[in-house]
Amino acid sequence: MEGYEVIFAGSNFIRLLSGLWVTVRISLISIGFSLIFGFIVGIAMTGRSPLIKALCRVYLEIVRMIPQLVWLFIMYFGVTRMTGLNLSGEAASVIVFTIWGAAETADLVRSAFQSVPVHQFESGRALGLSQFQLYFFVILPQAVKNLFPNIINLATRMIKTTALISLIGVTEVLKVGKQVIDANRYDAPDAALWVYGAIFLMYFAVCFPLSLLSRRLTERKE
Amino acid sequence: MDWSFMTEYAPLFAESARITVMIGGIGTLLALVTGLICAWIMYFRIPLLRQIAAVYTELSRNTPLIVQLFFLYFGLPKAGVVLSSELCGIIGLTFLGGSYMAESFYAALKTVSVSQIESAESLGLSRYQTMRYTVIPQAARAAVPPLCANVIFLLKETSVFSAVSLADLMFTAKDLIGMYYNTTEILIMLAAFYLLILLPVSVLFSLLERRMNRGRI
Repeated sequence: MEGYEVIFAGSNFIRLLSGLWVTVRISLISIGFSLIFGFIVGIAMTGRSPLIKALCRVYLEIVRMIPQLVWLFIMYFGVTRMTGLNLSGEAASVIVFTIWGAAETADLVRSAFQSVPVHQFESGRALGLSQFQLYFFVILPQAVKNLFPNIINLATRMIKTTALISLIGVTEVLKVGKQVIDANRYDAPDAALWVYGAIFLMYFAVCFPLSLLSRRLTERKE
Repeated sequence: MDWSFMTEYAPLFAESARITVMIGGIGTLLALVTGLICAWIMYFRIPLLRQIAAVYTELSRNTPLIVQLFFLYFGLPKAGVVLSSELCGIIGLTFLGGSYMAESFYAALKTVSVSQIESAESLGLSRYQTMRYTVIPQAARAAVPPLCANVIFLLKETSVFSAVSLADLMFTAKDLIGMYYNTTEILIMLAAFYLLILLPVSVLFSLLERRMNRGRI
């Protein structure tokens, strides 16, 4: 059997796709949680309390400074051992990517809110809007326009980073690829070239449309 | 907390930190060169090369480093190209970083307004002089912040190298966890050593940015 035939032999292609779906699903769940927590932290960062600002800053810097793979290890091997919790690889990944994604989202939200001119805040207050009304009806609609392309960019980054979860034992596309290669070790010795090439293109097929969308939105804004 | 364990294995961590910094440093430098070349091609719209650069940046930016490394390390030998894990790491980081650097440099070159270039031309500056005295000094300043962010990003990405059995920090940590099960101590050491590498770089860069912004109108 030729190497490239392995990709489509039997149910291999479906298995690779379902492996890819594991990655995408974990990213989607993490992105959802990140948006929720990121917005809360981001709005807190635009507030007036210097203590909260400082705490958020420290959280952001620590999360960003240490590589995501190290965080995955800390969550999957370290925290589980220290607390006696039994976390699956997928749960550990979702927690890590949410903590990281929320930090990144918060920073994007902060800069988007700060890009709204001060007179918008002042006009809102002058009209007698409450804090909630001010943020919800005046600031948020303007901030979201700046925010959207950046959030999509972040989503692409998160999908790419999710490729790391095979290293803490989650059966995603790279792991499935390895299984396929190992199963065909004798029939198709050069399968690794084709299978890893296919996975490379699969990631590209997921991330490229998102990158394009983000670029279009940025261009339209300008 | 087992302190004697930590002091015993600190030298081993230091050695693998050296490998992380070395491979990361070489990869980042090569990425810088690749980025400069690609940005140059994109800025001057050199035909054919421009299309190649565009395909390269899209492929590199939209795929994870670990998949690129797996292809280099496990895939390419089947086509007769056998690379050591160090070489894989350097090539992978260059391939990934080159596109990030290219986009930053290109965006920086674009910040120099057309009126600047036209003024330079109307003063009789040659094309070389226009670039040398007008465009590059202004673009360089705009390029510093994204450049710093890229360097830190690439240094962090080196943690993936352990997957192609390069004996970096991550690899050592995994190895020690497998041997001694001192998970807590090892993970603390791992995070500490990454901070030891990345914090000084980050502080240095923020000082540099502040310096670059001094005297700016």
